[in-house]
Amino acid sequence: MSDLSLWVLFLAVGLGTFVMRLSFVELYGRLRIPALLRRALLYVPASVLAALVLPAVVYPGGQGEFVLANAQIPAAILAAWVAWKTRNTLLTLAVGMGALWLLKYFTG
Amino acid sequence: MPYRTAREAFMHGVRALLPLSPGVVPFGLLTGVMAISLGLSPGTTMGMTLLFYSGSAQMVALQLLHTGVMPLAIVVTALVINLRFIMYSASLAPHLHHLPRRWTWPLSYMLSDQSYALCSLKLASGELGRFAQHYYAGTAVAMWLVWQLSVLAGIYLGANIPESWSLSFAIPLSFLALLVPGIRSAPSLGAATVGGLIAVFAVDMPYNLGLVSASVGGVVAGVLLESLRKRPSSEALAADAEGETR
Repeated sequence: MSDLSLWVLFLAVGLGTFVMRLSFVELYGRLRIPALLRRALLYVPASVLAALVLPAVVYPGGQGEFVLANAQIPAAILAAWVAWKTRNTLLTLAVGMGALWLLKYFTG
Repeated sequence: MPYRTAREAFMHGVRALLPLSPGVVPFGLLTGVMAISLGLSPGTTMGMTLLFYSGSAQMVALQLLHTGVMPLAIVVTALVINLRFIMYSASLAPHLHHLPRRWTWPLSYMLSDQSYALCSLKLASGELGRFAQHYYAGTAVAMWLVWQLSVLAGIYLGANIPESWSLSFAIPLSFLALLVPGIRSAPSLGAATVGGLIAVFAVDMPYNLGLVSASVGGVVAGVLLESLRKRPSSEALAADAEGETR
């Protein structure tokens, strides 16, 4: 991607995010979230994050190509278990990367 | 406690934020490292960090740039990740809307999960007194500095990390570390399961539509499960807000 389109992309995300952060502060009293949307927003993080994690783990090469000897899958399962038990970001990263390196080292 | 001076309130805000930085700094370092190892220049990386000021959206954008997704889909996905800021904005608005724009615009730009988590309850209870916005500004400015500096440090680390370390795996791992603790209820587990599975099976759809349909499918699953259980959503709200505070 060219430098220009990269900056346009960053600017679009930056502006959009700023507008969302400012929205209710600026339009106080003139803007309401419908109840159903409010409920739906609760499930956005879980849904989007899972939709990002699973394909990135299952297809290490990027686009949809399933690889049988994929060390990322056991490493991610172990990391998920650590995240579940400890809720510690740093430990989750360390265990996941460590497991990936060990598996790659022993399986060649 | 109500503060006597604006300066005292601001400094208390700064001091309240600092204990959260061990959870923020590694994520910032990683963001800087990733951006550099994906081929962005240091200047572009800092520009991105200043414009986004949102770690998870920035990681998402880097991941999608890495897999070569089209730009419009990257913008949409990053903004979907940041939708939660609309809820934060709605909850802070009663306490900030009366301020002039030279306050509200910078404070809105610096709205983060961390300063929201620190301030929302205190602002609502009125315990901060008339210098409440200075306390909030203290947490917001401190968080902003911690984040920018840790990304900057990551940029300089990133230049020295070899390809063979498979560091790109750290991105899905960091999402996993955000995702798993946020799942505290059956509906949010349902949302994650449905979202993840659709994304895996729809990965070959054009224009990154797989990710969009997966996100929508997961959210619908969450809302449906919640309706089936017919319980108030306050518990899920608390859990999800807590899961996002980093």
